[in-house]
This record gives sequence, C-alpha cells and structure tokens, in this order.
Amino acid sequence: MRWIRRNLLGVVAVAVLVYLFIPIAVVAVLSFNKPEGKYNTSWNTFSLDGWKNICGVPGVCDSFMISIRIGLVSTLIATILGTMIAFALVRYRFRGRSSTNLLIFLPMTTPEVVMGASLLALFLNLRFPLGEITIVIAHIMFTISFVVVTVKARLQGMDPRLEEAARDLYAGPRAAFRYVTLPLVAPGIAGAALLGFSLSFDDFIISFFNAGTVVTFPIYIWGAAQRGIPVQVNALATLVFVIALLIVLISQFVGSRRRKALENDISKNPVNIDALLPKS
Amino acid sequence: MVAVLPSTGSTSGVVGQRKSRTGYFLLLPGMTWLAIFFAIPFVTLFLTSLQAPVAGQSGQYVPAFQISNYSDALVEYWPQFLRSFVYAGIATGLALLIAYPLAYFIAFKAGRWRALMLVLVIAPSFASFLLRTYAWKTILADEGFITSFFNYLHLLPDDRILNTGIAVIAGLTYNFLPFMILPLYAALEKIDPRLLEASNDLYASAFTTFRKVTWPLSLPGVVAGTLLTFIPATGDYINSELLGSTQDRMIGNVIQTNFIEFRDYPTASALSFVLMASILVLVFTYIRRAGTEDLV
Repeated sequence: MRWIRRNLLGVVAVAVLVYLFIPIAVVAVLSFNKPEGKYNTSWNTFSLDGWKNICGVPGVCDSFMISIRIGLVSTLIATILGTMIAFALVRYRFRGRSSTNLLIFLPMTTPEVVMGASLLALFLNLRFPLGEITIVIAHIMFTISFVVVTVKARLQGMDPRLEEAARDLYAGPRAAFRYVTLPLVAPGIAGAALLGFSLSFDDFIISFFNAGTVVTFPIYIWGAAQRGIPVQVNALATLVFVIALLIVLISQFVGSRRRKALENDISKNPVNIDALLPKS
Repeated sequence: MVAVLPSTGSTSGVVGQRKSRTGYFLLLPGMTWLAIFFAIPFVTLFLTSLQAPVAGQSGQYVPAFQISNYSDALVEYWPQFLRSFVYAGIATGLALLIAYPLAYFIAFKAGRWRALMLVLVIAPSFASFLLRTYAWKTILADEGFITSFFNYLHLLPDDRILNTGIAVIAGLTYNFLPFMILPLYAALEKIDPRLLEASNDLYASAFTTFRKVTWPLSLPGVVAGTLLTFIPATGDYINSELLGSTQDRMIGNVIQTNFIEFRDYPTASALSFVLMASILVLVFTYIRRAGTEDLV
C-alpha cells in the first residue's frame, strides 16, 4: 500500500500506457477467434482461420495492396516536397514566412471531414474523375505538413558549423550537402517518411470522400463493419502493427547504440571542434 | 504524430540562414501543392455552399448566391453541431486528465525509459484507427465487465454504455489521446527540474509547486494539446457511427451523409464551412498568443 502511494505517478503512467494498448490487444485476440455469428465482437472458440488463409476473403488483400500502393506513392512525393520546404524554412530567408507557416500549419488542424469535403467540392466542380489518383493527391496534401515539421525539427537540431567546416575544407556546395548535410538529416527524413506512410495507410475520412469506387483497406473495413468484419482483417492489422512496432523499436535501438559508440569515440579522442572553427 | 511536438524556439535570423533564390525554388512545388489542393478547395467549398439546385434533377446544382443554404442547414442541424462541441469538449477534458500524469512521468521520472515510453505512446496509431475504434464495441459490450461494473454501481442512465453518447465520448477520448500526450510532454520536458527543486526548498508543498510552477510553465503544451485533440474530435464521425446510436450523431456524420449519400452538396458545404470557421476562430486566438513560428 505504501509502495503504491510512493509510486502513484508511475502506476498511473503505466496504467495509461496499458489503456492505450487494450483495444489493440482486443483486435489481436479476436484474430484467433471463430466468431459465432457474423460479427466478430465476442470470443467464441480458438481458430487459426484468419492467419492460415489471410487472403481467403475476397477483397481483403486487394484493398490492402491498393492501400500499400497509394501509401508508397504519396509518401515518396510528400517526403520530397516536404523536405524541400523544411530546408527552405530553416536555411533560407524569404518573404512571406508567416503565411507560409500558416499554410503548413492549417492542414494539421483542419478536421479531416472538412478537408475531404472541400477537396471533393473541387474535384466535382472540375468534373475530375475520382479514383486512386485523387486519393494520392489528397494524401500528399495532408502528409506534407507532417513531413515538414519532422524534418525541420531534425534540421534545427543540427550544428550549421559542420557544413561550414566542410566548406572550409574545400568541399563544394554539392559535396558538403552529399557527405555532411544529407547523412545527418537522413534519420529525420526516414522518420518523416514512416510517419507519412502510416498516416496515408490508415486514412479513412479524406479517402472515403475522394475515392469514387476505389476500395482502400480502411474503406474495406468501414464497409465490412456493417455486415461483419472477417477475422482476416484482424490478422492483417495485427501483422501491420507488429511489423511497424519492430521497425521503430529496432531503429531506436540502433540509433542509441550508434550514439553511444560515437560518444565513446569522442571521449577517447578529445577534439575541440570549436577551436578548429574560425571565429565569426 | 511526432510532428505535433512544438519546435524549440524561433528560426529567423539563425546562423547559417542564406538569402537566395534557392529558398523560393525549394518552397515552390510543395507550397503550390498545398495552395491548389488545400487552400483553393476552400474557395470552391464556399462557392458550392451557395449553389442552388436544378429543378427536377437531383444532385445537379448551378452557381448562385443562396445565403439561405446556411440558415436552412443550421436550423436543421444545430443539435448535431452542439453535440459535436459538447462531446469533443468532454473528451478533450478527459484526455487532459489522463494524459498529464503520463506526460509528467515521461518528462521528469522516466530516466532511461523515456525513449521507449514515447515510442509506446505513438505505437497504437500503427494499428488501424477503425479497428481500434471497433474494438471498443467488445470492451463496452452490454454483458461486458465494464458495463456490468457501472451497472452494479447504478451509474448508467440507460443501463448500458454501447450505443449511447458515453461510448462515443469514450472512443473520442481514447483515439485522440496521443495528440494530447505529445505536446504536453514537449512543454513539460522544457521545464528546468531545478525550478521544481527550488520551489520545494522554499517549503512549497507538492500541490503548491504544481499549481504555481509546473502547471503555468506547461500551459503552452496544454493549449497545443487541447487544440490538437479538440479539433479532430469535433469533426470525427467514425466514433459516433461505430459506437453510438442514431441519437448520438455528430456534425461529421451529417456532412458525410449529405455529401456522399444525399448528394446535397450545398448543405454539406455550408456545414463544413461553418465548422471550419468556428475552428479557425479558435486557432487564430491561439496564434495570437503563441506566434506562428512556434506552431510549425
């Protein structure tokens, strides 16, 4: 009892973390279920049907592949465009900075239903046919801002003197970018791409407005929710969750190992970078 | 979702900023994309909201200036509007209560577990939003543990949680919690722990330290987190559709059905426009307090 009182904050913190994972545990457990009726909402008997024949229900894997494809294309384009903007914001002076910031900030705070509706209003008025292209356009639009913010944070945390040092050592602007800037920003860009992909892959509301007859994975789930979600969907979603979690945990682990190795290196060979740089 | 962490400090005038045409070249493609597919659609949305129907042809509209679209829509759907703000407001308050202890723990007490705990906060969003929401159907089911517990205490007006407003609010609270935790953490993490020690040394009780030092210093995070939770929660219709009954529909449901099922584009556009306008008022009040540079 006294232990709980002394560690109350920690107990609450862990409880909140557990709370965040309860629905995921439900999804995962129900992927091993053999539902009694058509709705897979309560436990009946154990079965591996969902996992053994993961594409067994028509439409599940098709929609899954469509979402992967849309996710990859829109992430690629949004990452390039967003990274360019992040560089401009951190490294360059230009007019209209505050309106630029506003145009980047607003998509992150506009309700999805409003973005979906307004984009659909544009496509309808232009008589632009709805399909995978309009979904990709929409996904790029709402992921750019998240890419900008992620890459920008990484760029701001970088010492600009490292590039100056490269230039002082007669590296051309291209070489300095290729061998100094890019490797340092790369983890930020990779993180932004991962975030962008997960946003695109999981998006339902904006996609639903602009999909026409295309059925992405979330749109499939939405339709299936009315007539009963097949266990295969739970299995696929669990698989995606585990893979994504592993990717993030491994990259965290590798990142911290590398940082430690670097710190060891520096402590063994002390070099005062500041002393080497020209006084500005 | 890492992205919602407010950045540290302002960048203008930082060492290493150049002035050249390259800056504009870097901005051009991305900002053009946002202008065409984010900003201009608001203009078309506004124009659509004023269109008039073509007599005898459903789903066909012509450009017009029917302001009455707005009054008609608001007269018909004000309960859903109100409900959206109430549900989102309650969910945001609950999220703040739940998120604060966790954010505080990660910022001050987690030590070497900090990075892992932050990953665990973001990790739930790797599992499908729709399926996680659907899972609450199982958790809050009528014969389930939680409903029975609250029924035992006679706390439920309808003797059930599922298909009531309570389930919708519970779903909203859960779904947008990470958007509350991350900005709170970002603000708390910036606080110098020595300030808390100083307050303690000066004989302030733990509660006074929190009220006079921690809470005021964490306010930027509270404001950011509240906005980032409240705004998506107001527009959400997934929780209401999956967990609520037809009595619990929110404004997002109305916009979606009018746009996609009834093809009543002007009404749906007018409602979207009013929703966006009310949210912009909120955001601009915030910007006035914090400045744009801290938001992105």
